[in-house]
Amino acid sequence: MRFERRADVSLTALLVAPVAAILVALVLCAGLIAAAGVSPLTAYAEMLHGAYGSRLAVTETLTRASPLILTGLAAAVAFRARLWNIGGEGQFYIGALITAGLGHSLLAGLPVPIAVAVLMLASMAGGAMLLMGPALLRLRFGVDEVVTTLLLNFIVILFVGLMVEGPLKDPMAFGWPQSVPVASDLRLPDLVARSRLHVGLLVALLAVAVVWVVQMRTVFGAETRAAGLNPRAAAFAGVPLGRTLMLVAALSGGLAGLAGAIEVLGPTGYVTTTMSPGFGYAGIVVAMLAALHPAGVVAAAVFVATVFVGADAMSRATGVPSFIADVLMSVSLLAMLTALLFTTYRVRR
Amino acid sequence: MTRPVLELNRITKRFGGLVANDAVTLHLMPGEILALLGENGAGKTTLMNILFGHYTADEGEVLVEGTPLPPGKPRAAIAAGVGMVHQHFTLAGNLTVLENILIGSEPLWRLDSHRAEARARIANIAETFGLPVNPDARVADLSVGERQRVEIIKALYRKARILILDEPTAVLARPEAEQLFRTLRGMTEGGLSIIFISHKLHEVMSASDRVVVLRGGKVVAERKTSATTPSELAELMVGRQVTRPRRAAHTTGKPVIVAQGLTVDEAGKRGLDAVDFQVCEGEILGIVGVSGNGQAVLGRVLSGLARPSSGRLTFQDSDISRLTPRDLIRLGLGRVPEDRHAEGAVGELAVWENAVLERLKDPAFSRRGFVRRAAARAHAAELIARFDIRGATPETRTRLLSGGNMQKLILGRNLAAAPRFLLANQPTRGLDEGAIAAVHAELLAAREAGAAILLISEDLEEASALSDRIQAIVKGRLSQPIASEAADARTLGLMMAGVWGAQDAV
Repeated sequence: MRFERRADVSLTALLVAPVAAILVALVLCAGLIAAAGVSPLTAYAEMLHGAYGSRLAVTETLTRASPLILTGLAAAVAFRARLWNIGGEGQFYIGALITAGLGHSLLAGLPVPIAVAVLMLASMAGGAMLLMGPALLRLRFGVDEVVTTLLLNFIVILFVGLMVEGPLKDPMAFGWPQSVPVASDLRLPDLVARSRLHVGLLVALLAVAVVWVVQMRTVFGAETRAAGLNPRAAAFAGVPLGRTLMLVAALSGGLAGLAGAIEVLGPTGYVTTTMSPGFGYAGIVVAMLAALHPAGVVAAAVFVATVFVGADAMSRATGVPSFIADVLMSVSLLAMLTALLFTTYRVRR
Repeated sequence: MTRPVLELNRITKRFGGLVANDAVTLHLMPGEILALLGENGAGKTTLMNILFGHYTADEGEVLVEGTPLPPGKPRAAIAAGVGMVHQHFTLAGNLTVLENILIGSEPLWRLDSHRAEARARIANIAETFGLPVNPDARVADLSVGERQRVEIIKALYRKARILILDEPTAVLARPEAEQLFRTLRGMTEGGLSIIFISHKLHEVMSASDRVVVLRGGKVVAERKTSATTPSELAELMVGRQVTRPRRAAHTTGKPVIVAQGLTVDEAGKRGLDAVDFQVCEGEILGIVGVSGNGQAVLGRVLSGLARPSSGRLTFQDSDISRLTPRDLIRLGLGRVPEDRHAEGAVGELAVWENAVLERLKDPAFSRRGFVRRAAARAHAAELIARFDIRGATPETRTRLLSGGNMQKLILGRNLAAAPRFLLANQPTRGLDEGAIAAVHAELLAAREAGAAILLISEDLEEASALSDRIQAIVKGRLSQPIASEAADARTLGLMMAGVWGAQDAV
């Protein structure tokens, strides 16, 4: 058996691959669910019901999808340029922390739209800087950014812990380790009444559109794609590889930072060290399921949010631990990586 | 009459609608060197892969000493005494020569591998066939010529009596290639029969006993090498008369690019050592030499990818030694890189994207940071038409182009901007005759139009046909230039061996 490269990767193959990967993951996890003593069909039905069974459930799923779109986009943008940003989680927390810290009282007096814009931009800048450091280390000294960005996550989360126990601790929180809340008039308006779904979803979708246009239509996008696909040829043709990498790092880190901002401005209002159920890491899964395509990111983020939200409901209804959500996500990532192999190669005897 | 050791009977292989081999019949006599000549895509490699069992033929059979080989079984081919040396070597770089030779020839689960015995046999093979090699060297540390030797020994170790070499000289410099053919000749005296695949006329003429010419998957001719000529073979191979163009005498203008004492240090090594050269308007300066003598560094410094540590490099009297690739392109310097796949184009991008990649910031192709896609596509279509890039539309993935057509694209994107200077680094390496003639014609046309061209080439025929003056590069140093008319093979050979001043003797 050997692998033979396909002449061209068809669009159909790219659309079929994630669907097939998800189906394979569902089948494999069915075994685990059965082992927990529950019929997989019942469990999956509960999951779907939990994620889409009511108006509230749907809004909850979309609320969960909003930051995932941004962290997925962050990973996709970076991976396209072969910048392996595993630090989405840290960049998310930095964005969240900046939003809560600045948004509590410092911006009082500014008109609301401007204050919100300032918070988002500052969060993006924080996330951007958090990734530009590792990118610079890679450029100057060849330090592997997989290691640096991954380890920075833990440093950032410990720093967040320090802040919410210390300078930014909310005195009104009865001793709970949570930050001061963002000023209530800065909170993003709801999209649907009596739900947690907020305008952050629109911010995320806008970001998708912007990234798509940047990638496909601009000089920067063309250079980034060339540099990602064949750095030597790109450098020969005059693409400044270092500058391109730094700009990609800024964009990717910024998007993950923005995810943190909309989460604080939207549903939570303040920062805790447990506010993210792994948005940054799940962003990597989202990016891969999307085959790094901006539009695919939206669909993949909704899928992952479905699994997260649905698994909670399923767990309550059937007693299967909600950790199955993590397993399902991990298995679909592995299945997707395998599926991507088959979109590029065909197997020959 | 002796019986052939190998016969291929009416082999046909189709890939979808494409007929790669169409009823190909050929035979190999004992002790013979048979050249399989054909352009890229003529079906040579497919045929040999069928013979070796990598592919299964749709029709036809392979006979080794009268016995049919079961199709699709490389092990059966090896057992029958067929050895294959692929164009891209199949060695593990992290293992030693000995280990590479043993892999696959002894069972995996055996605990006591017979190393001492193997070592003795390898020494014996090396001795008999003149293939010196150190069995304990790591393959990663060997030169390509040595790696090829290991591949040949590996085949012989498995008792091959028929040796197939797929484009054996594609990766070798001229002297290494000549050494290889001397070795092969010696091996036939030891009883081996050899088929080598090639599209290079001179090596077919000098190294084979008999030539079979393939074109479009069919055998179009078979000739005794002694009874044919290179021009006849070229015509048979291409299917029409192909003559490489030669330069016509004309006067050259003032110097465009001048290097004085140019020195480049890379990674602690001196890549270029105080070289002087100048190229004038309407002139081609040829730089010849055995590969690995500083051509790559010279190419990089003229492409803006390496910085000189001392010396001067000027273009139209201004210093360009510190400029980036983008600056050089903007100034009007064209550059054709040595490795078209690794540096010339991004294979996964469309032809139109590669066509404008160097000039994305040019107002013709972008406005306010946005790519003018319509203009870029139109430009690509123009290049495709003007430079006869076959099998391409602006939307084609560049990776799908043949080597020759990819080179035409790279050449085209440089020449379309009418550069004042063009670096052409190994512009025809690996191309077939038809494509070589096309590239040469383009270079000469640019010269007529007044461009100064620096041609780096290992192909002496090419260098002397195109260049007005020639300099040799040896260990990072350049010889004095000599006029192309004075550059016979002997003179060039001496220059490339580092014997400066030889030109005074001529």
